[in-house]
Amino acid sequence: MGFLAVPLLGLLNQTPWGHLLAELTTPIALQALRLSLVCSLGAVAVSLLLGVPLAFVLARVEFPGRNFVRALTTLSMVLPPVVGGVALLLAFGRRGLVGRWLDEAFGITLPFTTAGAILAEAFVAMPFLVISTEAGLRAMDRRYEDAAATLGAGRWLTFRRVTLPLIAPSLGAGVALCWARALGEFGATITFAGNLPGVTQTMPLAVYIALETDLQAAIALSLVLLVVSLAVLISLRDRWFPTA
Amino acid sequence: MLRSRIRVAAALAVAALVLAACGGSDDNTSSGGSSASPAEIKVFAAASLTAAFTKIGEDFTAANGTKVTLNFAGSQALATQIQQAAPADVFASADITNMDKVKDLAGPPQIFASNQLQIVVEKGNPKGVKGLDDLANPDLKVVLAAPDVPVGKYSQQALEKAGVTVKPVSQEQDVKAVVSKVLLGEADAGIVYTTDVAAGGDKVEGVDIPEDQNVVATYPIATVKASKAPDQAQAFMDYVLSDQGQQVLKSYGFGPPPTS
Repeated sequence: MGFLAVPLLGLLNQTPWGHLLAELTTPIALQALRLSLVCSLGAVAVSLLLGVPLAFVLARVEFPGRNFVRALTTLSMVLPPVVGGVALLLAFGRRGLVGRWLDEAFGITLPFTTAGAILAEAFVAMPFLVISTEAGLRAMDRRYEDAAATLGAGRWLTFRRVTLPLIAPSLGAGVALCWARALGEFGATITFAGNLPGVTQTMPLAVYIALETDLQAAIALSLVLLVVSLAVLISLRDRWFPTA
Repeated sequence: MLRSRIRVAAALAVAALVLAACGGSDDNTSSGGSSASPAEIKVFAAASLTAAFTKIGEDFTAANGTKVTLNFAGSQALATQIQQAAPADVFASADITNMDKVKDLAGPPQIFASNQLQIVVEKGNPKGVKGLDDLANPDLKVVLAAPDVPVGKYSQQALEKAGVTVKPVSQEQDVKAVVSKVLLGEADAGIVYTTDVAAGGDKVEGVDIPEDQNVVATYPIATVKASKAPDQAQAFMDYVLSDQGQQVLKSYGFGPPPTS
């Protein structure tokens, strides 16, 4: 327990409480805060768009190789993020498998853009959403859906009015975890999207850069990330650590 | 069934790590064969010194038996590590500024090499970059090192001399990262040291920056006061400044210390 807590105390101990606000309102810090918000929410949106249908397929459709697909889905959770960044470069980079085609056909290049940072964060964070949503879908009582169908509700209506409310807690937890992971993403982002203030320099990158020049700013930014992580954990407390 | 699968997976993971460890062991460490001088020193050196100091480390170990472990990164990162009491014995920086940051923690520095800037582009120069002026072209993806990285600061000075404003697409953490972005084809051009263009292999080439726009980078080296092996640290520093060390640096394209 101490092993886990002492680093946090170290951070709090060195925090420049007196001019914390000043450190957090420097242009670089504000830019990083704003960009982190945009990128992490963008990553959650991408994850919802791609992840919820994927969770549905994994939970509801029997097909050969489903376990393999599920393993693939969670790969980026255990993959070192830097490796993920390299893989993204080789796939979506200007010379990459898909990136080359994107560049030639549409003139779109992802590295060094905010879209690239969102993509990198979504790549790392989406599994959290998929896993949680799939678990929710498996746990829910499907008889409610059947009942809705017998009452004449279409598939979309059933999904919206029955399925979605039933899996809402799992989906919510998935979104929270996915968002927190996206917010903290570092390795894949700096490798794939590079580091430019206001464009791809999210908070973790700003912390890393600041550490080499301005320790106070680095600590202040770290504190924000710590508070956000704690808030996410507390909001999920009932789910994970049910109090009797 | 499940248990045997876990066992296979664990064996695979361990095998991969062991293989990687064997393959990589020569990269950063040069181990000495002699046991007469069992001490080992850690040398923190600027990223641009990677190839040259790896060779010097091997030569030094062969001559003295002292094991040399090298830690390469941007000088600004190394200076911070030393400030945070990282166990360094010798620090070789790519600029005076970062050496000054640790002046209370290190012995008197000495300049041991110089370097110049070059524009790095892909082999064949597909975008036809001729000089710093061309880097202002908004269609060109240019990467620079971050302003706190020595080469990033030197790049700014050169661009100012040339009166050119560049909007980089990324600010990289050390000079090698700039080269690799060009190597990967993600960036069209970057500003690095001439020695890094040479070290970048046959997939990149350099575009010269004329003398009146170029900047001379000076490399200081110093021993770290907290060193547990001060004699060996001093011996390494002397070796870098000796004829043998200077020969190696020259062979990798570094210039001698400026005479002025």
